[in-house]
Amino acid sequence: MNSNTPSSSAGGPGSADLATPRRNSKRPKYSRFTQQELPACKPILTPKWVISTFLLVSVVFIPIGVVSLLASRDVVEIVNQYETECIPEESRNDKVGFIQSSQDKNCSRTLRVPKDMKQPIYVYYQLDNFYQNHRRYVKSRSDQQLRNPGSEHSTDACEPEEKTNSGIIVPCGLIAWSLFNDTYAFSRNNQQLAINKRGISWKSDRDHKFGKRVYPKNFQNGTLIGGGRLNTSKPLSEQEDLIVWMRTAALPTFRKLYGKIEMDLQTGDVIDVSLQNNYNTYSFNGKKKLVLSTTSWLGGKNDFIGIAYLTVGGLCFFLAVVFTLIYLIMPRQLGDPSYLSWNRNPGGHLAS
Amino acid sequence: MDSNSQTEINDYQVPGFILNSSSRRSISSIQSKTSGGHSIREVSFGELGSKPIRHGSRGADSEGFSASYKEINDDDARLIYINDPERTNEKFEFAGNSIRTGKYSVLTFLPRNLFEQFHRVAYIYFLVIAILNQLPQLAVFGRGASILPLAFVLLVTAIKDAYEDYRRHRSDKIENSRLAWVLVNEQFQHIRWKEIRVGEIIKVSANETLPCDMVLLSTSETTGVAYVQTTNLDGESNLKTRYAKQETQMKNPENEKISGLIKCEKPNRNIYGFQANMDIDGKRVSLGPSNIILRGCELKNTEWAIGVAVFAGRETKAMLNNSGAPSKRSQLETRMNREIIFLSIFLVALCVIVSICHGVWLRNHKDELDLMQFYRKKDYSESDVENYNYYGWGMEIFFVFLMSVIVFQIMIPISLYISMELVRVGQAFFMIRDNRMYDEASNSRFQCRALNINEDLGQIKYIFSDKTGTLTENKMEFQCASIGGIDYSNAKDSNEDGQTGGGPFLRPKMKVKVDRGLLNISKNKHTSEGRYVNDFFIALAACNTIVPLTVDTPDPAVKLIDYQGESPDEQALVYAAAAYGYMLIERTSGHIVIDIQGERQRFDVLGLHEFDSDRKRMSVILGCPDKTVKVFVKGADTSMFSVIDRSLNLNMLKATEDHLHAYSSKGLRTLVVGMRELSPSEFEQWHSSYESASTALMGRAALLRKVASNIEHHLSLLGASGIEDKLQQGVPEAIESLRKAGINVWVLTGDKQETAISIGYSSKLLTSAMTQIVINNNSKDSCRKSLQDALIMCKKLSTDSDATSGGSGNRANQLALIIDGTSLVYILDTDLEEQLFELSSKCNVVLCCRVAPLQKAGIVALIKNRTDDMTLAIGDGANDVSMIQMADVGIGISGQEGRQAVMASDFAMGQFRFLVPLLLVHGHWNYQRMSYMILYNFYRNAVFVLVLFWYVLFTSFTLTTAITDWSSVLYSVIYTSVPTIVIGVLDKDLSRTSLLKHPQLYGAGQRQESYNGKLFWVTMLDTLWQSIAAFFVPLLAYWGSDIDGSSLGDLWTLAAVIMVNIHLAMDVIRWYRITHAAIWGSIVATFVCVMVIDVLPFLPGYWAFFRIAGTGLFWLCLLGITIGALVPRFVVKVFVQYCRPDDIQIAREAEKFRNSRDPQDAQIEMNQVLDPPRT
Repeated sequence: MNSNTPSSSAGGPGSADLATPRRNSKRPKYSRFTQQELPACKPILTPKWVISTFLLVSVVFIPIGVVSLLASRDVVEIVNQYETECIPEESRNDKVGFIQSSQDKNCSRTLRVPKDMKQPIYVYYQLDNFYQNHRRYVKSRSDQQLRNPGSEHSTDACEPEEKTNSGIIVPCGLIAWSLFNDTYAFSRNNQQLAINKRGISWKSDRDHKFGKRVYPKNFQNGTLIGGGRLNTSKPLSEQEDLIVWMRTAALPTFRKLYGKIEMDLQTGDVIDVSLQNNYNTYSFNGKKKLVLSTTSWLGGKNDFIGIAYLTVGGLCFFLAVVFTLIYLIMPRQLGDPSYLSWNRNPGGHLAS
Repeated sequence: MDSNSQTEINDYQVPGFILNSSSRRSISSIQSKTSGGHSIREVSFGELGSKPIRHGSRGADSEGFSASYKEINDDDARLIYINDPERTNEKFEFAGNSIRTGKYSVLTFLPRNLFEQFHRVAYIYFLVIAILNQLPQLAVFGRGASILPLAFVLLVTAIKDAYEDYRRHRSDKIENSRLAWVLVNEQFQHIRWKEIRVGEIIKVSANETLPCDMVLLSTSETTGVAYVQTTNLDGESNLKTRYAKQETQMKNPENEKISGLIKCEKPNRNIYGFQANMDIDGKRVSLGPSNIILRGCELKNTEWAIGVAVFAGRETKAMLNNSGAPSKRSQLETRMNREIIFLSIFLVALCVIVSICHGVWLRNHKDELDLMQFYRKKDYSESDVENYNYYGWGMEIFFVFLMSVIVFQIMIPISLYISMELVRVGQAFFMIRDNRMYDEASNSRFQCRALNINEDLGQIKYIFSDKTGTLTENKMEFQCASIGGIDYSNAKDSNEDGQTGGGPFLRPKMKVKVDRGLLNISKNKHTSEGRYVNDFFIALAACNTIVPLTVDTPDPAVKLIDYQGESPDEQALVYAAAAYGYMLIERTSGHIVIDIQGERQRFDVLGLHEFDSDRKRMSVILGCPDKTVKVFVKGADTSMFSVIDRSLNLNMLKATEDHLHAYSSKGLRTLVVGMRELSPSEFEQWHSSYESASTALMGRAALLRKVASNIEHHLSLLGASGIEDKLQQGVPEAIESLRKAGINVWVLTGDKQETAISIGYSSKLLTSAMTQIVINNNSKDSCRKSLQDALIMCKKLSTDSDATSGGSGNRANQLALIIDGTSLVYILDTDLEEQLFELSSKCNVVLCCRVAPLQKAGIVALIKNRTDDMTLAIGDGANDVSMIQMADVGIGISGQEGRQAVMASDFAMGQFRFLVPLLLVHGHWNYQRMSYMILYNFYRNAVFVLVLFWYVLFTSFTLTTAITDWSSVLYSVIYTSVPTIVIGVLDKDLSRTSLLKHPQLYGAGQRQESYNGKLFWVTMLDTLWQSIAAFFVPLLAYWGSDIDGSSLGDLWTLAAVIMVNIHLAMDVIRWYRITHAAIWGSIVATFVCVMVIDVLPFLPGYWAFFRIAGTGLFWLCLLGITIGALVPRFVVKVFVQYCRPDDIQIAREAEKFRNSRDPQDAQIEMNQVLDPPRT
C-alpha cells in the first residue's frame, strides 16, 4: 500500500448506520460485457448436425475428386530422361570429365506422341536430385542488384560468386551462376517445330524484379563455369531463361518451363529432339528429363488431389453411416440430468 | 527470568488460549494504550509484523522477539541526538525523508528496465536465439525478422513500466514537497518533507499527516496523550492513543532547548513494535510502541504534537511495509512446465534428427560437394582456392544443430507466457468487475492482488476458514447478561430514549437492544439486584480501553457519542452499558466520567492492568466517588473462575456457570465480570508495588503482571455477558454449495469448543446426522490414544455403512472432527501428524477451536505437504496472515480488522459468501479457459514447427524454410495469437446459472479434467496428424511441377493458419461477436500479411501469392487440408461427447435444450440466493 493513497473507506466499526450516502461508490458499473452475460451462440453437436456435416463434406468432396481426377487424366505428358543416353558410350565412365570437356554435346532423341495434344504444349526440363532449395544456394542471390542498376555492389549474399578478377558479377550468386543451359530443338517430319520462349517467365518478375537497365557483367568469367551464359546486350528483364531459373524450385525434383509449342500434336506423331547436353548434373548424380505436357485447369498430370478428395469424401460418407448407427443403437437424450455423475451413483462422488 | 516469560507472551502456542480473537484485539489495543502515561509495553507483534509480507522466510520470525526485549546492543542501535540533526547524521548513515517509490530515473531507465525484463527465462531464451541468429554462419532468419518479436515485447513492457514509473514519480514529488513545521533555530518553520532529517523536532497539528516516524515528546494534552488514525498504515480506522513521556511532556522546545539521546532499534517493518530508550536530563527512560507515531498516520483530536524524527524516508515503517503483491505460481503452470520439458525434448530430438541426417548427407556426397552447383564448397574467386563457408564435417553438423534450434524455436511456446499474462489480466478484469462480488457494506470490490494464480481457483479441494470476521460479521452485539445469577436475555429493540441530561443531549451512536426488566432494575440501585446491576455496568463502562468521542449531529441539541477502541467486544459492552444508562463520557489517563442515569460521576483511574494472554483478563482499579477503592476485573470464564471467591455465593456461581454454558451453546462470546473492594492497606501495598513495577527498567511487563495477579483474587462475581457475533449473510448457503462442490471446509477458530460447535451448526457446517469425533486432550499420549480410537471408529463406520447400504449410504455416516488447540500442540510437528492427516482425510468437516495463528498455518501445511490438492485459506485478521501465506491460495476479507490479512492475500473480497461465485463460477471458468489455452498453444506451435521440419527433410537437411522469415515470426504474433487470447478471456463452457445450480460441476477442476498428461499426449498425436496433412497434401499435389518455393511456402502458411484457427473455432463453446471477429479476422489478417509480404519486390517471393491464388489447385489444397486435418479430431470429439459424456457436457446440453424454456426464472432464482435483499 502506498502510504499516500487517500483512504476512502473511513467508516469505523459501528459506523455502518451513519446515514451519509457514499458518493464514490465503487460498485462496478453494470454492463452485459463486464458481467459476462453477452448474448452468444452456443452450438452443440447434435446427431442431426454431425450427420449432416459428414454428408455435406462427402457431397462436396466426391464430385470435386471425380472432376479433378478426370482433369488430371486428360493431361497428356511425354517424359524423356536423357542424362545417360546423351553421353557417348565411351565417355560413360567419366561423365563429369565429358561434360566439362569441350567435345560436341549434341544429342538427338525421339519422342512419340501417345495421344492428341492440344496447344499450347509446354516444354519443361525436369531435374531430379537438384536441391534448388539448399540453404547455401537459395540465399546466394542479390535481389537488389537484379532490379536496380545502381545497386550493382550490394552483393553481400552472393559469395562465392560475387566478383571475378575483372569486377563485380552481374547477376551474382550461385543461382544465376548455375543457370541451366541444355537446349532443345524439335522437329516433326523434318519440319521445325517452333518453340516460343517469350512469356515463359512471370510477368511480375519481368516488370519489377529484373531491371530493364541491368545488363549482365563479368558473368561466367570465373575459373569454374556453373552453367549457361547470358547475352550481355540484353537487359536482365528480357533474359527469360534466367528469370525462370531464379524462381527457385520448392522441391529437389522440379520442372522449369523451357518454352511453348503453339501447335497441336496428333497421336502417333514422332518428334525428333536435337538437344545440347551442356549442363552438369553428373557431379551429383542428378537426372535430367525433357517433358512435353498439356495442362488442365488443375495444372499438370497429378492424380493425387483427386484421389485425396475421393478418399476424404468417401470416409466422411462412411462416418455418417457409422454415426447414424451409433445414434440408433445407443440413443441418449441430450442434457438428461440422470447422466450426471452424481446422479448416476449418488454419494459416491462426494466420497471419492 | 524476565526474558523467558517475555517470550512466552509472544508464543502463540500457549495452550488454552481463550477467546483468541478477542484477545488478539486486546493485545493490539494494549500496544497503543497505557495507563498513567508511563507504562511501557514491551510485547511486540514480532511474529506478525516483522514477517515479510512476501513468502515468509522462517528466519525473520524470531527477530521481532529478541529485538523487542533485549537491551539494545550498541552495534545494533541507532543513535539519535534530539534536536541535533547535524550530529545525528554525522555518519550519513540515516536515510533522508525524501521517498522514491519510482524505480527508474531518466538515465537508468533503459539499462535497469532491460535488466528487470530479462529476469524472465522466456526472454533470455528469445535473446539467445536472436543472438545466435546474428552469427553469419547461422543466419537463418533475416536480422529484422529475428529481433522484431523480442523488440516488440520489450518495447511494450518498457512503455508500460515507464508510464507506471512516471505516475509513481509524480506522486513522490507531491509527497516530498508537502510542508511540515520543523524546529530550526529555536522556532518552528515550514519545511518540505523531503528536507526533514533524523533528529529534528517536528510539530504536527490536528488532522495533519505525519511526515516520518517520530518519538512523541509532548502534546497539547497535559497528560501527553495523542490520538492517531492509522488507516493508511494498517487500514484500521479507529483512533489509537500514543503517549509522550512525562519527562519530555513539560518541555517546550521553543523556549528551552531539549537535548538528549535516543537509542533505538534498526529500522524494521514491524508496525506494532518499537524498542528504544532515551537519555534525557540524566535519566534513562525506556520507549515502546506507544511512544512512537508513524509516517502516514493522521493526528486526530489532538491540537498539536511534537516529536523527534527517528526514522525517515525509506526507513519508515510505512515505506518498509510498502511491498507488492505476493507472487505464487499456479499449479496449472507448474504442470505445464512439465509438458514444456517434453516439448524441449521433442525440440532437441528434431534438431538431432536434422543434424544427423545432414551429416550422413554430407558424408555420402563428400566428393561431389566441390562441384555441386547448389553447394559449391570451394571459392574460386580468389587466386588460391579455399573452402567457402565450410568448416569441416563436424562443425557443419554442429551449425546445422544450432540453426535447427533457431528454426524450430517456437516449439517452446514463448508467446504462451505472454498470452497467459494477458488472459489473466482479462480474467482479473472480469472478476473485479463482477457485481455479485461487490460488497455494499464496506464499499469494496473484489481485488486481485496476485495475478498468476487465477486458474488455481478452479481446483480448490480444501478451504481453511477463520471464523470471526470471516464467517461472522465481527460486529459484536450485546445480547444478554447474567447478573447476580439471574439471566436477562429478553432483549428487544427499544425506541425509548431514556436519557435526559444537562447541556447538550448525548446519545450513543449505536443502538443496542435492551431487556426491559433489566432496564428497570438498573434504574433502581437500592435493591440487592440493583446493586449487582449497578456494579456490573460500572465494570462494563470502566474496565476497558475505549475512548469516547463526541460527534456533532445536524441537530445542535443532540450529540452522538462514538466509542473508539480496538476491540469490538469492548465497544459492544460499552454501548450496552450506555443503553442501560451507564454512559462513558470522558476518559483521560487519570480519570473517567460516567453518566449514570443522568448523573455524571467521576471515577479516578488509579491503575489499569491490561489484558494479556497469560492472565486472560484485565482489571482496573477505580477510586469511586464515595471514596472507596474497587478493583473491577473482566475476563474469560476459565481464568475468572479461578480467581473468584467460591465461598461467597455458591448458588450464584452455579447459576452463572449454567448461564455461561447456555450462552456459549447459542454461539455467544462470553465474558465474566468480577469485583472487589480494596481496603486502604491493601490499596497502599498494591500502589507502591505498582509504582515500582511501572518504573522498573528491566522486565517491566513481567513485574506488572505479577502485581496484577496479586490483586486479582478473591473477587466477588458480578455476572457474565453474552455478545453475539452474527453470521455473515449467506454463509450457510455458501458452505452448503462449497461442500456440494466436493470442497472440504475446515474452520479454524480461536473460540471455545462450544461456541465453535454452535457456529458450526448455524452455518450448516455440522448437521445432526453427522458423527462427531472430539479430540480434546492434554498430553501426547492421550492424543495418540484418541486418534487411534477415532481411526478405528472411522473404519468401523465405513465398513458398517458398506455392509448395510452397499456404498450408497455414505451420506448418512458423515464424520466431523472437532479438535482443539491444546491437542494440536501435541500433534503438529510430531509423529502424530500422520494419524491426524489420515483421520482428517476421512472426515467431511473439521473444526479446530482455540487455535493460535501459527497453528493455523501448521494445519494448512499438514494438508498441503501431504497431498497434491489445492488449499485455500480465508481470513480477515492479522492472526490469519500465516495461514493465508501458507495456503496455495490466500484470500483476505477486507472487513473490520484492518488490512494485514488483505496485504498478505492473493485475492481480497468483502464477504465470505463471495467464495461461491469466485470458486464455482470464476475459478471454474479460469481453469477451463487457461487449460484449454495452454493445450492449444502447444498444439499451435508444434504444428507449425512440424510443418517446417517436414520441409527440412526435402532440402537435404539444411534448414531452408519455404515459409518466409516474416511469416514464421508473425505466425505466433499476429496470425494465431489474438483468437486464443480472446477465447481465453471470454469463452465459457457453462453459464453462471448452471455452475451455481450444480456445484458438483466444480469437480472437473479438482480432478484436473481439462489439463492432464493424457490430454497432452492425445493433443500431440493430433498435432502430428494435422502437420502431416498440412505439409504433405501440397507436397504431393505439386510434386514434380514447376512450383517455386515461395508459392508453396505461402500455401503452407495459409494452410497452417486456417487449420489452426478452424481447430480453435471447432472448440469454441460460446460464439460472441468478438470471437467471430478474432477468428475470422485472424485468417483475413494472415491473407493480408501474406499479400503485403509478396508485393515487396526486394523479397524473393515477389508476387508469388497472387500467382498461386489464381489457380484452382491452391484453393482445393486449402480446403482439403482443413477438412482432412480436422476430421479425426472431429470424430473423436463427437464420439466422446456422445458416448462418454462428462458432467460438463451433459450440463451444457441441458443448458441448451432444457433451460431454454425458462432461463429467466433460473436467473432470478440465482440472484436471490446470491444477493438476498439487503436489510
